[in-house]
Amino acid sequence: MHELSITESLLKIALAAGEKGGAVRITSIRIVVGDLTQVDPESVQFYLDVLAKGTIAEGALLAAERRPLRAACRDCGREFGVAEFQFVCPHCNSGDTAIVSGRELYIDSIEVEGTEDLACGT
Amino acid sequence: MEIKVGQNILAANDAVAADNRAAFGRSIFAVNLMSSPGAGKTTLLERTIDYLKDRLSLAVIEGDIATSFDADRIRRHGTTAVQINTGGGCHLDAQMVQRALCALDLTDLHLLLIENVGNLVCPAEFDLGEAAKIALVSVTEGDDKPLKYPALFRDARVFLINKIDLLPYTDCDLHRLRSAALSINPGLTVFEVSCRSGAGLQDWFSWLEGETHRWRGRDE
Ligand SMILES: Nc1nc2c(ncn2[C@@H]2O[C@H](COP(=O)(O)OP(=O)(O)OP(=O)(O)O)[C@@H](O)[C@H]2O)c(=O)[nH]1
Ligand SMILES: [Mg+2]
Ligand SMILES: [Zn+2]
Repeated sequence: MHELSITESLLKIALAAGEKGGAVRITSIRIVVGDLTQVDPESVQFYLDVLAKGTIAEGALLAAERRPLRAACRDCGREFGVAEFQFVCPHCNSGDTAIVSGRELYIDSIEVEGTEDLACGT
Repeated sequence: MEIKVGQNILAANDAVAADNRAAFGRSIFAVNLMSSPGAGKTTLLERTIDYLKDRLSLAVIEGDIATSFDADRIRRHGTTAVQINTGGGCHLDAQMVQRALCALDLTDLHLLLIENVGNLVCPAEFDLGEAAKIALVSVTEGDDKPLKYPALFRDARVFLINKIDLLPYTDCDLHRLRSAALSINPGLTVFEVSCRSGAGLQDWFSWLEGETHRWRGRDE
């Protein structure tokens, strides 16, 4: 359900980036979502379809790239993939670990049609 | 044509959370209490207030979708409570808390208790500017909750297991519940409590009082 507020923020950022880049249309939005981040891309797409109506992002497709959950051990310094949310270091059994990837939630890029693209098309 | 963006989607929320954090500084210890609906957040706060209100100056922010029942309950215990209605929203965000802060006198406040909307997923994604997140699960919800909602447990400082008075009537395996949470976050401080019988609550009160003093740079 929090996907609604996440989509509002996402759309605001995408529109600002598109307008700054002189886009007349945003055709897709590429986001990166970590495996520990609780965001459902399908639900974001659903809200995007509604919220983007009448903007340059109307009809934009969301492409979500997942990032695996990885952690680093503060005791032995080694990195490991976190399976089944077991954050204890598999090398030295330490519990003092930090997330390296898997908590991402950002817009990587947008695919746009600019004024020039349109002129070429017509 | 591709335009590189590279921007955190929750950047706007995080910026307001940073403002809240700055407003609290090291004089107010703010905690964000999260659980499923009905796990016992408000009851825990009522108990906590009864114990701490003569020892610390505290206030409560109550997040709820539409009613002010919980804030009314808190006020009956003689503590200031500000109600935030999310109007359908499933979580508090930093801006809602910022608005609630306007209704509070922050001078001489030591401890701010924030009850989030009952939900184990959405609140975990929104930083409010708190100093500590508290996860609460009641034994009637089953012992698989940590692994189903790992983000909350990873970020929490404290894990409260509530309603242990009901253990005889459930198939909840306390050891499993505890070790699932600890494998996600080995640094968690765990308390097993009953807000009904009062069992285990003193340890939680002492932790909260001690951490509030520590935050404020006083050792008791
Ligand atoms: N048996 C038992 N019941 C409890 C305990 N703690 C709370 N309850 C009961 O559980 C019910 C829900 O408690 P609340 O404190 O309102 O729960 P909440 O998490 O604030 O609920 P929401 O704000 O609606 O999400 C109430 O009927 C409480 O009396 C406990 O330790 N044991
Ligand atoms: Mg409540
Ligand atoms: Zn290690």
